[in-house]
Amino acid sequence: MIELVSSSRCVSCDVCVAVCPTNVFDTGPGGIPVIARQGDCQTCFMCEAHCPADALFVAPVTHPVPADSPLRDEEHLAASGMLGSYRREIGWGRGRKPGARLAVGPELGPARITPSAV
Amino acid sequence: MSTLDLTADVVVVGGGPAGTWAALAAAEAGADVILLDKGYCGTSGPTASGGTGVWYVQPEPAEREKAMASREALGGFLQDRRWMGRVLDQTYENMNRLEAEARYPFPIVDGSPYKKGVQGPEYMRRMRSWIRRAGVRILDHSPVTELLVDGTGTVAGVRGHRRQHDTDYRVRAGAVVLATGGCAFLSKALGCDVATGDGALFAAEAGAEMSGMEFSNAYGIAPAFTSVTKTAYYSFATFFRGDGSPLEGAGSQGGRSVIAAELLRSGIVLCSIDQATAEQQEQMRLGQPNFFLPFNRLGIDPFTDRFPVTLLLEGTVRGTGGIRIVADDCATTVPGLYAAGDAATRELICGAFTGGGSHNSAWAMSSGTFAGRGAAAFAVGLGAGARRRKLSGVGGVGIRPDSGGTGVGRREALDVIQRQVHPYDKNYLRHGSRLRPALAHLDSVWDGLRGGVVADGGELPGLRQAAAMVAHARWMYTSAITRTESRGMAHREEFPDQDPNQYHRLAVGGLDRLWTRPESVTGRELAVA
Repeated sequence: MIELVSSSRCVSCDVCVAVCPTNVFDTGPGGIPVIARQGDCQTCFMCEAHCPADALFVAPVTHPVPADSPLRDEEHLAASGMLGSYRREIGWGRGRKPGARLAVGPELGPARITPSAV
Repeated sequence: MSTLDLTADVVVVGGGPAGTWAALAAAEAGADVILLDKGYCGTSGPTASGGTGVWYVQPEPAEREKAMASREALGGFLQDRRWMGRVLDQTYENMNRLEAEARYPFPIVDGSPYKKGVQGPEYMRRMRSWIRRAGVRILDHSPVTELLVDGTGTVAGVRGHRRQHDTDYRVRAGAVVLATGGCAFLSKALGCDVATGDGALFAAEAGAEMSGMEFSNAYGIAPAFTSVTKTAYYSFATFFRGDGSPLEGAGSQGGRSVIAAELLRSGIVLCSIDQATAEQQEQMRLGQPNFFLPFNRLGIDPFTDRFPVTLLLEGTVRGTGGIRIVADDCATTVPGLYAAGDAATRELICGAFTGGGSHNSAWAMSSGTFAGRGAAAFAVGLGAGARRRKLSGVGGVGIRPDSGGTGVGRREALDVIQRQVHPYDKNYLRHGSRLRPALAHLDSVWDGLRGGVVADGGELPGLRQAAAMVAHARWMYTSAITRTESRGMAHREEFPDQDPNQYHRLAVGGLDRLWTRPESVTGRELAVA
């Protein structure tokens, strides 16, 4: 679920308010959007992908994380490279090569069936 | 509350792949088009947030024959060969246009663009720009709440709510395309929480029928407590019990029910994607960056660690059932109403087996194109009198209740969905003795909703979505109970075999009283025996 709107990074474009398919954000005081309906977040990461300032972070779990979780700690998320990582991986942002250009997955044969002993 | 009044030749409901292709086709046919998305066209739905293969096949007879024949047995031979051919043709054309006109950056493999897949965020943001260039008006965050019909029952518009403006709206239209997606029952499967089966409810209220609703028990594999369902990559996985012993027989395809049974028994299944080579691992990273989000962010190495997995309900998003289509232009049985994408039945190309991935994406862009053209032609055919028709709404639950006062609302409906539709032992591992009581619960909550509260403004869309899910589940279970055999994905524990006497599609419909009707399989004359 969405856990972080970084007020220091946010450029007040309100793109997240527009693009969230489940309407999780409201516009906020001083132009910083607020997470108004976290329970409606479907953990689809689309806000992160569209944020031009890498100001948002979606924890990859479908329930809120505890208040002291590192997944809510901006300093940790920035230092570990996680903040903005999805946008980087799909190659969105100025000067980046679109990830779509490289997106050739592996050939998928018949699925492995787990044997009785491994 | 003020109401925004709009007029269009064609209204498209839903802004995923099917809706955007429908809007594009209608606009190119000269129609004035409004596209309404309950979320945001460009991010809404499972395609935008994920990525998908595409059933893109070179137009050479041998390759096409192989593509059509490859999954016919899996699909219980319910596919229609003529439709498969049409969809292959249209998909080929659309994917080429996506490169030439929307400048989608396909990867280059062996010197040519590789078009057997698309990355969701890139695909859908380009579709949004493309339809805007074509003159389509887009209203985001504008859930439709009901269809409007004229005095003859012809669909002639929609009513809805603009949730970021706290305003209701009404669009008078010559024709309506429903591209609202399938129904995944708010399971939080990736991008699926907007797929609550709304279009099917709207269609049924106007008198349309469903088909193939027994093919609705799709569940996707995801790391436990996450949303990322990318089942295909688990074909490289080994599964284990909580005690570390191998879960014999488990697999992403052909062994998923073993996973469901173990989750029911012990609540835990562990997994390691330990069969992928280094090269395949790298291809997975490039092919689907979103697959790795949970792992990277939770500190899991999926190729060496054992991590817990779950199964998330994908219902008719990856099932094949939906609104019944009765003509090549994706017309429904109701004049003025068209259906495309996951909202429509995909049996015509998938039969009884999951349309997930490449077939669904091909179906979305093709049926969208067919429906958009069909709707534009219908609107033109109405002539100038179309705009003078007297319109009335056909919405039931939440808008025009039977009596009032049962107190059954959204919360109760969602609770019943959670208890009667999500559980693996009811919807996935199906047995009549469990389906029948589950259906009785759903029938009862439906009756409560019908006689229940009236909602308006911002409260109405949520209530209507809950009603749509209950209606969806009732069609699913009614069809599942009627089909006393196992065909494609519709397994019945007590009827494990395919029954030649049930070689037909099943239409289903009704709102208060449900019915089913066998329909002959069409389009088999072209099949190679």
